[in-house]
Amino acid sequence: MSLFSDIVNVWWNEVKQMFSDLGVIIFIIGLPLGYPLLYYYVYSTEVARDVPVAVVDESMSALSRDFIRRLDASPEAAVVAKCADMTEAQDLMARGEVFGVIRVPRSFSKDLQQGRQTRIGAYTDVSSMIYYKSILLPCSNISLAMNKEIKIVDMAQQMTDREVEIAKAPIDYQHVQLFNPQGGYASFLMPPILMLILQQAMVLGVGMSMGRMRERNGGLALYAGMPGYDNPLAIVVGKVCAIFPVFLVMAIYMYLAVTCGFSLPNLTHYWTWIAFIVPYLLACTCFSIVCSFLIYRREDSLLLFVFMSVPLLFLSGVSWPSVSIPEVWKFVSWIFPSTFGLNAHIKISSLGADLATVGYEISCIWVQLAAYFALACILQRFQKTHADKFKKPSAAIERLMPAEEKDVKR
Amino acid sequence: MLAVYKDRFLRVLRIAWREMAAFKRRPLLIFCMLVAPLFGTVFFASLMSEGLPSQLPTGLVDEDDTQTTRSIVRVLSAMKTTRLDHRYHTFSEAREAMQRGDIYAFFYIPDGTTEKALASRQPSISFYTNDSYYVAGALLMKDLKVISEMAGLAVTKATLQAKGVPDSQIMGILQPIVIETHPLGNPYLNYGVLLNNLIMPGIVILLIMLTTTYTIGLEWKIGTQHYLLNDLAGGSVPVALSGKLLPQTVIYTFVFCFIDVYFYKFMNYPCQCGLLSMMLLGFFVVLAAQALGLTLYGIFVGQMRMSMSSAALLGVLSISMAGFSYPVPAMTPLLQHLSWIFPLRNYFLIYANQCLNGYPIVYAWKPVLALLIIMALPFLFIGRYRKAFNEKAYVP
Repeated sequence: MSLFSDIVNVWWNEVKQMFSDLGVIIFIIGLPLGYPLLYYYVYSTEVARDVPVAVVDESMSALSRDFIRRLDASPEAAVVAKCADMTEAQDLMARGEVFGVIRVPRSFSKDLQQGRQTRIGAYTDVSSMIYYKSILLPCSNISLAMNKEIKIVDMAQQMTDREVEIAKAPIDYQHVQLFNPQGGYASFLMPPILMLILQQAMVLGVGMSMGRMRERNGGLALYAGMPGYDNPLAIVVGKVCAIFPVFLVMAIYMYLAVTCGFSLPNLTHYWTWIAFIVPYLLACTCFSIVCSFLIYRREDSLLLFVFMSVPLLFLSGVSWPSVSIPEVWKFVSWIFPSTFGLNAHIKISSLGADLATVGYEISCIWVQLAAYFALACILQRFQKTHADKFKKPSAAIERLMPAEEKDVKR
Repeated sequence: MLAVYKDRFLRVLRIAWREMAAFKRRPLLIFCMLVAPLFGTVFFASLMSEGLPSQLPTGLVDEDDTQTTRSIVRVLSAMKTTRLDHRYHTFSEAREAMQRGDIYAFFYIPDGTTEKALASRQPSISFYTNDSYYVAGALLMKDLKVISEMAGLAVTKATLQAKGVPDSQIMGILQPIVIETHPLGNPYLNYGVLLNNLIMPGIVILLIMLTTTYTIGLEWKIGTQHYLLNDLAGGSVPVALSGKLLPQTVIYTFVFCFIDVYFYKFMNYPCQCGLLSMMLLGFFVVLAAQALGLTLYGIFVGQMRMSMSSAALLGVLSISMAGFSYPVPAMTPLLQHLSWIFPLRNYFLIYANQCLNGYPIVYAWKPVLALLIIMALPFLFIGRYRKAFNEKAYVP
């Protein structure tokens, strides 16, 4: 039989198998549909506002009250308690009612009047870095603003308004948060998470499908005797043809419903996105076919692949800067399509990169695609040539059961 | 009466022994229970061994290129977080490098900056951070802001010196108010302490919930559930289930002990409450995670696929819902209430109270109570389990 009809036969059989198994449908359709929405909901507030802090104002002066008023007015922090001393404030910290304490020393106003430096203590809970940032940032901004005003009082002798302004800041500066202007958490995490979900859903779904095949087929990773299953190349191409279109639809759904629908950063050039997503999904498909050879029972897929999502996210250099990843783990990270896929997607959708800019990632993905495609064919061929070794009547179930219980069951 | 308890105890042990024999035939379970958590601990500890990311590549566009701007640049390249090794001629070159991912931020000094500063015409400099990479962007923002602030102060300092103000008074004029930061419990802002302490328990809790639902579901899959309940357990659902889960409780408690020793003794992460308290907390959270797994299996009466899928969903979600990356009080009110059912969230609160901050345990009564309630949940489902044992068959 020709290669083409073999492929068509395998494709049709795989599609039938995939869509007759509710477990597989949950992973290849339910998970990519639902998980992005769930994740977006968790991070939908984007930024932490009004983190509660307590204040210990030992100075009780006009200047210290000015500082506290400005802190309360900042978007990041909210002054919820004024304590008499540090012990009282520490108690509030222990109760979890505040996440930071600001202590203004007794000599605050006096120091400033006498032209000496004075120190405000900011004690923060660091169980989450966002508490630290939300308390430190307004404190440092307010101190910079007040410093400028104090400087003027010290220096100003008959200055014009413009001179005062220049004396406050002889060199002005601006900070621009490019590509994620509000510094939002969802805007940072969602673009990579979307790509990770695609890869993981595929690995889980294909793995479970393989477990089903092996359970029904005595541990063999191909349907012996079925048309088309003689040719390893036809099996792999047929499988890819069955899986790839489903996930292409899911990727388009993610782009339309999540990236556009939730107004995540979106500077995407459509053709660049397509030139990336097609090889990425194909590489993930071949990668998941290779991974699925590890699976002997349907449920093993969950056990083996779910927890991998967390290390994969960190290996990609998204949450932990890739320059700080030790060299050896960088080599390990090249095994997974997600490493390049996550970064390429951030660059295309959030940073508006064009094809030349993400050329490195896309060429790596093509190399992975070729490698995993070849490996999948070799593994399939190995199944065929060693069929007698794998094929045992109901081997998958037999191995689970202790000898004495087999009699009880029957 | 005593004889009944003795009989039950012996049955639990016998089922636990049978379970361990099953582990021998299933290398996958050994992988998930021991190899993956132990390897993961070493992996994450070495991944974040740097503590606080430093030497992040940063770009510079210095169109002015004078002595003054070069001295600003020299100070900037001396900072720990910044590695100023990329120079660009124009703004758009730097922006493209940022899109390629060569740099996380760049500093822009336009033409004529020095001239304007000397003539008191207030020039403007700027810096751009790529906040699509959150940690790198936030860390570099801090450094670049300090430098920009100092650039202005350098000019003021020169003016003051020209006016004859003594050096001793200059700092009081330049920077009268200083913010002293005290990050309590983690003074070096070590990201390993911040993340690994929760990511590893998060992964272990996920694996506990998966293996719990997996091993119990396996009885239905191979069709030995009647034999387990009626012959081995003498008809008692709690005996059957506790016998099945006992070996895992022991193994996972050992895993938590390993994590504690590795992090607090070997990596020297801060631990205010002592190793034993953390091991005890580990034991409690193992029980809570197993209880949640049992509850899920009870809810879906014997449906292995659904209970494992929902265990995976809750387990992965709990790493976001624990609140160590994005704080729970910043989430929507519905999620704040839901967060109590995640064992990792409660583990995080007790860990922050005991290990990181060393407060008295009474202040953490809420998460302790939540963990106890989670542990009690499976008792609500004994009836459903009995029905599942006797009537339900495996659904693929």
